[in-house]
Amino acid sequence: MKVIVALLSGLLFGVGLSLGGMTQPAVVLGFLDIFGQWDPRLLFVMAGAVPITALGYRVLRRRPRPLLEDRFRWPTSRRLDVRLVGGAALFGIGWGMAGYCPGPALAALSGGAPALLVLVASMFAGWWLAARLPATKA
Amino acid sequence: MHPYVYATLGGALIGGAAVLLMAGLGRIAGISGIAGGLIQHHPGDRAWRLAFMLGLLLAPLLLLLVRGDSGIGLPQVGLPWMALAGVLVGFGTGMGSGCTSGHGVCGIARLSPRSLLATAVFMACGMATVYVSRHGLGGL
Repeated sequence: MKVIVALLSGLLFGVGLSLGGMTQPAVVLGFLDIFGQWDPRLLFVMAGAVPITALGYRVLRRRPRPLLEDRFRWPTSRRLDVRLVGGAALFGIGWGMAGYCPGPALAALSGGAPALLVLVASMFAGWWLAARLPATKA
Repeated sequence: MHPYVYATLGGALIGGAAVLLMAGLGRIAGISGIAGGLIQHHPGDRAWRLAFMLGLLLAPLLLLLVRGDSGIGLPQVGLPWMALAGVLVGFGTGMGSGCTSGHGVCGIARLSPRSLLATAVFMACGMATVYVSRHGLGGL
C-alpha cells in the first residue's frame, strides 16, 4: 500500500511538472533569465503548489500520525548555517547551467535522451559525495 | 489553454502530490531527499523511494499516451555541462538538504526560515549563472 501511495504521488508530481513546462529546460532557464526573455511559468507552478501544500499540511499537522506510517517526519532542523547556504548556492549554479533540478531531471529521463542519463548519473554521484561530508555538530 | 493556466494547474497537482505523500507516508515530497536517500543505508526504506521515482518517470509517458505530448523538452547544453551541472545539483541539494521541491514548495508552504533562505539563495545563484552564460560579464 505504501508503495502504491508513493507511486501515485510521484506520478501526480511528474504530471504536474510536465504540464507546468518544468521538464523543458528552456522554460526553466527562461525563468532564471530575468534580464532576457523572462518566462514566469515556474512562478505560476509555485503559486499553484505552495497554497495547496500549505493548506494540506495545516490539516495534517493536527493529526497524530499518517495513514500508513507510525509518525510524520516533519523537518526539525532550524539551523541557518554555511551548509544550507553553501549547498543552495552550489545547487543554484548547477541548476542555472543546464536548467534541471532533481524532479524534472528524473521525469525527463523517460524521454530517452542519453544526455539526461549523464545528468542523472552525475546527480547521484553528487548525492554520494554530499553524504560523505562530515556530520554537522549537534 | 494558456501556458500559465497549465503551469498553475501543474503546480496544484504538485501540491496534491506533496499532501498525499505526507498524509500517507508522513514524508516531505522533496525529490533530492527521496532519491538521494537511496544511496544511504536505510534497510526497508528503499521501496517507497523507488516507487515515487518510478511514478515521476512514468508521468511524461502517461501524458504522451493521453495528450500525445510528453512535455519533455530538449537539453540546452552539451554533455560536459550536463555532467558538471548534475554533480553540482546533486552535491548542492545533498549538502543543503533540499531542492526546488523540498525547500521551494514544501518548505515555503511550512514557512520554514531555512527553506525561505535556501530558495532565495538557489534562485539568485541560478539567475546569476544564467546571466553570466547568456549575457556575459561584459554587461556588468
